[in-house]
Amino acid sequence: MHTFKFIRPTDSAAAIAAAAESKTAQQGADVRFLGGGTTLIDLMKLNVETPARVLDINRLPLDKIELMPDGGLKIGATARNSALAYDARVQRDYVVLSQAILNGASAQVRNMATVAGNLLQRTRCAYFRDTAMPCNKREPGTGCPAIESGNRTLAIFGASDHCIATNPSDMCVALVALEAKVHVQGPKGPRVIAFGDFHLLPGSSPDRETVLEPGDLITHVTLPPPIAGSKQFYLKLRDRASYEFALASAAVVLTITGGKVTRARVALGGVGTKPWRSPEAEAALTGKAANDATFRQAAEAALRGAKPQSENAFKIELAKRCLTHTLRTAAAS
Amino acid sequence: MSDDDPQSDPSDPTRRKFLVTTGSSVAASLVASYVPALASGSDGDSDSAWAQTGSSLEDAVPITLRINGKDRQLRIDSRTTLLDCIRETVALTGTKKGCDHGQCGACTVHVNGKRVLSCLNFALMHDGDEITTIEGLGTPDALHPMQAAFVACDGYQCGYCTSGQIMSAVALLNEPCGPEDAAVKELMSGNICRCGAYPNIVAAIQQVRKGA
Repeated sequence: MHTFKFIRPTDSAAAIAAAAESKTAQQGADVRFLGGGTTLIDLMKLNVETPARVLDINRLPLDKIELMPDGGLKIGATARNSALAYDARVQRDYVVLSQAILNGASAQVRNMATVAGNLLQRTRCAYFRDTAMPCNKREPGTGCPAIESGNRTLAIFGASDHCIATNPSDMCVALVALEAKVHVQGPKGPRVIAFGDFHLLPGSSPDRETVLEPGDLITHVTLPPPIAGSKQFYLKLRDRASYEFALASAAVVLTITGGKVTRARVALGGVGTKPWRSPEAEAALTGKAANDATFRQAAEAALRGAKPQSENAFKIELAKRCLTHTLRTAAAS
Repeated sequence: MSDDDPQSDPSDPTRRKFLVTTGSSVAASLVASYVPALASGSDGDSDSAWAQTGSSLEDAVPITLRINGKDRQLRIDSRTTLLDCIRETVALTGTKKGCDHGQCGACTVHVNGKRVLSCLNFALMHDGDEITTIEGLGTPDALHPMQAAFVACDGYQCGYCTSGQIMSAVALLNEPCGPEDAAVKELMSGNICRCGAYPNIVAAIQQVRKGA
């Protein structure tokens, strides 16, 4: 591991000012915020991340989970994943979020990992994690060997000729379906980012994964007020029963009135270069009878635009069955 | 597991103490043979890793860690993980290093009562935190009920993952967990046992939960 200065900023303003001196907030950043450490320290050990300064923000007052005046929920950036998953309000009104978090990582990692850190979780692509290999995400311009081979777990949505790495988060899949918002405080003041706009597609610059600029500090994530009677479910399919990243997952939030789907929000995990919302599935569900035929048609619609890699065409049928089962389970809940 | 300071009792002939003692004397004799300047403590290269010990460590940061109820005032390199600090600096070697990347759970300790992976934390993050390691749970004469249950149920084979398994299992007692074996297995999935002692580990945990 490279040497670095460990700094504990006294407040958010000091943290933002220190981070604003970094040339980038993306891959290669020389200043990093430190939350749970479960991604950053792992990657620092691999020399994939080599910050010269590490800003420990764990003691800033950013860990609260609070009800907002509009009935929505405000989730502090450093709230731990386990605190969020076991929060009574989340388990009652946003159960898909609790399910997604509890399907991710292990109990120890969930006790450490923060909400903002989960938004910034890095891909598990083996080439990205190995500095002996080329990788456009880690070292722009070196190439993407994953396109040739070793892509069984990688993306079938959102890939480019430069990068096909999967976003590994479970939590983010549920946050897409719940239409969360990301609140950022930066050198130029605060701003609010719709969840779907927060992560970027790899395109020709896969080293750039989010809209964050130097000095931008995620302060909290908000959820809209709960939708009365909504039916929610998260299903994750993987190589092991637990403590494994998704090959395919689905988060759905449905409103069913008189046997018909009147509102649908659908997101897929383990298949996209970013947490993947499916407006195609939502359109195929809305106004239709809530039955198996509709659910399978929605899954067909969701996967129509998928582009498999050489080793992961199986993910298309897997994701279809995953989404169909998720819709069926949510509707029956 | 009560081995609070392995170098404290000269009459205690444990395997670890034997290895520590002979290992350091071998190292000392090698240094004396090949690096006389360092061995005499005189004009060695101050940038040499050999010369950087204790307070002379470049960029060392002072920190107080409260481990098993005892304050430890240390000076450490900022890169030191909580795991390496516990094992190498404080010499509490019950906590094990398995993968060192958060994938096996062997390094599990409690920070302020919650189980965490000590390999994915910098020690500096925990100034003033309450840290509990396997040495803080029980002693050979007064085992923690979970330690006793692991012995009774034969919840190990080689023993390397055991301290992490027990730290996880003790924390699980205070977490939301359904009564069935499947719920225990799910919440213990972050602790890998390559010997495959899982059925006996689950039995040990269930024995404590049902007795509690």
